[in-house]
Amino acid sequence: MAEITFLEAIREALAEEMARDPEVVLLGEDIGKYGGAFKATDGLQARFGEGRVIDTPVSEAAIVGAAAGMAHYGMRPVCEMQFIDFVSCAYDMLTNYVATSRYRAFLPCPIVVRGPSGGYVRGGPFHSQNPEAAFLHTPGLKIVYPSTAEDAKGLLKAAIRDDDPVLFFEHKYLYRRIKAVMPPGDHVVPLGKARVAREGTDLTIVTYAATVWKALEAAEQLAAEEGLEVEVIDLRTLLPMDDEAIEASVRKTNRVLIVHEDTVTGGIAGEITARINERCFEWLDAPVRRVGAHDVPLPYAPPLEDFVLPQTSDIVRACRWLAAY
Amino acid sequence: MADTATPATTDHGVTTAEDRLALYRWMRLTRTLEERLVALYRQTKVVGGLFRSLGQEGCAVGSAYALERTDALSPLIRNLGSMLVKGATPLEVLRQYMAKGDSPTRGRELNIHFGDVTDRHFVGQISHLGDLVPVMAGITMTFKLRGESRVGLVYVGDGATSTGAFHEGINFAAVQRCPLVVVVENNGYAYSTPTDRQCAAERLADKAAGYGIPGVRADGNDVLEVLRVTREAVARARAGGGATLLEMMTFRRKGHAEHDNQSYVPEGEIEKWATENDPIDRFTARLTGEFGVTTATLAAIDAEVVAEVDAATEEAEASPPCSGTDALVGVYADPAEMPPLWYRGDASAAVSKHERPASWGTHDG
Ligand SMILES: Cc1ncc(C[n+]2csc(CCOP(=O)(O)OP(=O)(O)O)c2C)c(N)n1
Ligand SMILES: [Mg+2]
Repeated sequence: MAEITFLEAIREALAEEMARDPEVVLLGEDIGKYGGAFKATDGLQARFGEGRVIDTPVSEAAIVGAAAGMAHYGMRPVCEMQFIDFVSCAYDMLTNYVATSRYRAFLPCPIVVRGPSGGYVRGGPFHSQNPEAAFLHTPGLKIVYPSTAEDAKGLLKAAIRDDDPVLFFEHKYLYRRIKAVMPPGDHVVPLGKARVAREGTDLTIVTYAATVWKALEAAEQLAAEEGLEVEVIDLRTLLPMDDEAIEASVRKTNRVLIVHEDTVTGGIAGEITARINERCFEWLDAPVRRVGAHDVPLPYAPPLEDFVLPQTSDIVRACRWLAAY
Repeated sequence: MADTATPATTDHGVTTAEDRLALYRWMRLTRTLEERLVALYRQTKVVGGLFRSLGQEGCAVGSAYALERTDALSPLIRNLGSMLVKGATPLEVLRQYMAKGDSPTRGRELNIHFGDVTDRHFVGQISHLGDLVPVMAGITMTFKLRGESRVGLVYVGDGATSTGAFHEGINFAAVQRCPLVVVVENNGYAYSTPTDRQCAAERLADKAAGYGIPGVRADGNDVLEVLRVTREAVARARAGGGATLLEMMTFRRKGHAEHDNQSYVPEGEIEKWATENDPIDRFTARLTGEFGVTTATLAAIDAEVVAEVDAATEEAEASPPCSGTDALVGVYADPAEMPPLWYRGDASAAVSKHERPASWGTHDG
């Protein structure tokens, strides 16, 4: 089997789920004949028809709201945000209507809202966002943010099959850079389970999405330069969070760095830190530390973006600090 | 300069000879500047995408020309021409596209996403389509509340009319009788989506009826017609008559951005607009025909424009890049600057800040 890109893995997941379940339909802007701004849905309308790959007006609130209505009556809509930054236009729909529907009204709302997210691409403040933390605070939603092509496929398939609404973030920096051979057969990766991306004994990096690759790079450098063995935990799903996996690694290494691309204040690292304190404070030999983006809207010029976003060298420095503590 | 305007022209006596040459110049400058940006893009000197307004210059320039300097304008990605009319300079635009440290947004925002609300009065757009409609409702509401004789003009594309923000903003402006002109540039497409898949109404101008305001459709590639209908809407707004929706019919002859090959446009359509309905060609024909302007006059303007863009390019290329730490300035008025995160710089210094107190681990109650 040939290697495919992260982006192709997304497309494969969509195609397989559409073939498996006639209730799966896609909604989004320019996703039909054009195949989407990043070509994630390329060829799917030709294969499944206009009734299942539906081009919509530029109306994110209506896309998500309509998906909810369809889901109430048994369909399985998958919504594309042309860029995930525009999910803010559907924030009301997602947090008020969709997230609460099961709890307040016993209404299942199995929708997926997916789209390209993340920076390192000179996209500026409105084409680079990582809005996952804004939704972490909303009970009723699930949040997935894969880092590998295999996970992109397997988690998207699981998200489509899940009986609750799932936000599915696809880091656009990984779209064409990350490739893998897909596991054979019906490859489904369960939501809520983290992955050990690299085994280590000296300290743990908890991370997800694009910074998994930066953490791995930092770990290699630290192993080569000072024999430090860093464990890297790829969360894969942010909500629900895999507390057991985090705790197991903390018990093993006793030092934790949390890395994310999102801004530090109010970012997911704060929540993870609190959970570690609550579950396994006694196992820590050092304070939990965070590496993330500076608390500014993401600027566009390369020197500014590079300065604001976490880089491999930042992770290396932070690991050295933790190891020396 | 010969000005032989007669009532027989469709100009309706709206413009003077000077106006017409100015309109020509702004359109030519817009196109020349964009062509220069394409060259710089191909040399990879442009950071990020490049968005063209080829074939839409008449709409951008003609509408903005209806405003006074103190009136406010909110451009969109196809409104480079409007911004130039409102006082943005080629140098600013070039610096923006090249992410220079002395660009209007100092490298924070892309392309023509910049503004100036203290002098030239155009407001920087954000990417989220439709968001500037309510903002412009607020700006024009301010003019009204203060009893100022100022108006505002906001552009949206056919695609942006489908957003909630557009609807809420124009309805708000209509109800509050804000002195606002909403220009819908119907260029046939929103990215790959044709206008008939965006809106089931045949004419976007008809949306105005639902808001209880006048709606006018005009030929967006006839710069004088654009100017005429915009002036009418501006005059109504200034006189306290409230908001107007203008639908300008035009065509996006380039892709959504430079990367887009427009495979979704029916064959021949782009060529048809290029050969039969180019706003600069059409205006040139009228200038040299019914208005008696010599080709030498126009050639002189063209040469001037090229010289201006050449000089601006040279200066912009020599501009300094951004410097990383500038990213931490200006999120808030106070503090104006934030410190770098703890792991930047000397991480070992951070260790000593965390010395354990003597009592650590010896708590004996
Ligand atoms: C709220 C929102 N959703 C989606 C997008 C992505 N997007 C950028 S431009 C565009 C099409 C815009 O079409 P139109 O409004 O007709 O303007 P044009 O580009 O034709 O001038 C889309 C969908 C966006 N910028 N904002
Ligand atoms: Mg359009």
